[in-house]
Amino acid sequence: MSEARTPTLSVRDLRIEFPAAERGATVKAVDGVSFDIFKGETFGLIGESGSGKTTIGRAVVHLVEPTAGAILHDGVDAATLSSRDFRAARRAWQIVFQDPNAALNPRSKILSSVMEPLEIARVGAPEERRRAALQALARVGLPEEIATRYPHQLSGGQKQRVVIARTLTMKPELIVCDEVVAALDMSIRGDVLNLFAELQRELGLTYLFITHDLSVVSHISDRIAVAYLGRLVELGPAEAVTDAAIHPYTRALLSAEPEPLPSHMRAGERILLEGEIPSPIHPPSGCHFRTRCPHAADLCAQRAPEWREIARDHWAACHFAEQFASETTKAGAMPA
Amino acid sequence: MSAVATQATPPAVPASRGLLLDVQGMSISFATAAGRLEATRDVTFSVSPGERIGVVGESGCGKTVTGLSLLRLLPEDVAHIAGRLDFMGVDLATCGEDELRDIRGKRIGMIFQEPMSALDPVFTVGEQIAEGLRAHGRMSRAEARDRALAALRSVGIAAPERRYHAYPHQLSGGMRQRVMIAGAMICNPQLLIADEPTTALDVTVQAQILELLRDLSDRSHMALIFITHDLGVVAETCTRMLTMYAGEIVEDAAVDAALEHPLHPYTSGLLRALPRLSPRRAALPSIPGRVPTLGQMPTGCRFRQRCPYAAAGCEAPQALQDAGGGRRVRCWRFRDLALPGVAA
Repeated sequence: MSEARTPTLSVRDLRIEFPAAERGATVKAVDGVSFDIFKGETFGLIGESGSGKTTIGRAVVHLVEPTAGAILHDGVDAATLSSRDFRAARRAWQIVFQDPNAALNPRSKILSSVMEPLEIARVGAPEERRRAALQALARVGLPEEIATRYPHQLSGGQKQRVVIARTLTMKPELIVCDEVVAALDMSIRGDVLNLFAELQRELGLTYLFITHDLSVVSHISDRIAVAYLGRLVELGPAEAVTDAAIHPYTRALLSAEPEPLPSHMRAGERILLEGEIPSPIHPPSGCHFRTRCPHAADLCAQRAPEWREIARDHWAACHFAEQFASETTKAGAMPA
Repeated sequence: MSAVATQATPPAVPASRGLLLDVQGMSISFATAAGRLEATRDVTFSVSPGERIGVVGESGCGKTVTGLSLLRLLPEDVAHIAGRLDFMGVDLATCGEDELRDIRGKRIGMIFQEPMSALDPVFTVGEQIAEGLRAHGRMSRAEARDRALAALRSVGIAAPERRYHAYPHQLSGGMRQRVMIAGAMICNPQLLIADEPTTALDVTVQAQILELLRDLSDRSHMALIFITHDLGVVAETCTRMLTMYAGEIVEDAAVDAALEHPLHPYTSGLLRALPRLSPRRAALPSIPGRVPTLGQMPTGCRFRQRCPYAAAGCEAPQALQDAGGGRRVRCWRFRDLALPGVAA
């Protein structure tokens, strides 16, 4: 990544807290996260439940308000825009969710669902909106007759294509993809992922791709960020993160992924983490991962590790990151 | 009914060659407004003691219905089971309710994807586990409690004395799944049917649960029928893989053999769709089309409309034939095809 370019998206020390059911307590869903995404890039964000990945995605398209920190689009802090400018600008920042059934009105025909954002934004005359919607449906590879159908008449993959078509009517620049293939059968996930890649090539789209699925994220991403309990623990080029992970959590996550390989081709040693992710209401002191980390030392409870560049473009937050990084280099690439 | 602790050796098995479960020609059909629809057809397979079988396929292929039928958990007024389901000499398809109750939960356990809907929210988890025990054997409350605590401990729940009194909503998803496994394991079943038991869990927790299931199966020689869409889970947990498509078994092979050299184009298609097998950022192969709905089953090979190898001859009905080496495949062309697997 060249430092000179202005990122399409900059997230600066983002913090998001929600009130917890417990009196006076807050859930620190996002606890100081910073990253940049550049134009045309696919930025993968991976994490388990409680990592804050979904909240980060929603904050990026301004569906949740940051408690602190800033979100900049092309260098401009969205919080500084007038409400009129903000409304016009936000069309370029779209989000696609996991469940297309929840995103489509079961009582509306597909065409009217796809046209709806154009109507809300009062773009063009009714006939132009209709044409734009039909074009978008064709663009995602759906036959024209789909337009007059209802969601229940479509397969899961077709419905997800409809949702993608609807975001395209807004001519987006950045799309947050939140677990967009998780609800689809393996056999058609590829189709939808291929479509995302194709749209990116042709329209120069930028993606923040949020998922818990390592095999998906490592396949499509240029860079990958790993989140744990509201913080990023590692960020780097996709190859570096999956083949030469630095952070003990990333390594455990990679190792936990079941491999669809015959026994003689599988990596032997498995790092089995104990316990589960602690509550974001009472996160551990110091490093959030220390309660499950096989390498935790006293230092880890005392201080949060600094977020720093360990190798070129490869960042991590671990007190022993330099040591782990050199071990990885010496041992050669870790098995993917 | 004898007490669990002194459980007599199971009845001698007539002519089923030491098999635990022998399913012959199981067809499950549902009465619907559109007439009788077949959800599975002629499902034939067997399970040996201690064997771990993965059942894979897309949604709508009949995996879940097959699992539920083995314990006759489908509503009997609409679902009809044809065929023989021989479990150690008892035909589960036709045996009486009393006999079934003695097997269900005691000799065959079952766990599901969503522990929250399988656990009763108004009872503590300890009470629910002990309940299975007391239902299947004369046992004092204190004894049941001790056994339940031991079961919680054996599935890796820390401080079981405290968790015993917890309600399901007070536990995390991974913890609930452990509780459900403890409940299913309490009577030392000979067979555990697990329907997507880790799909709702985080990957690091999934790894723990898979390890636990493997370990429990090894320790007690318990057989496992593992229903999942995740081929990685099958590779790491099971010894044999049954591929189901549109209500039929299309392939039956040892896991490693099925992964390396699949014989059915559908198995091969599922494997090739895995992102990890394609070069980074390359277009991913997929299986075009979708699983046919129950009312619109094609004649002949049910996969042929989606099959890249379909040829004249595929419109004839396909039998699940012996492919040698303990494998079976439902494709008449299998000898002519060299299908890519994960290693290709």
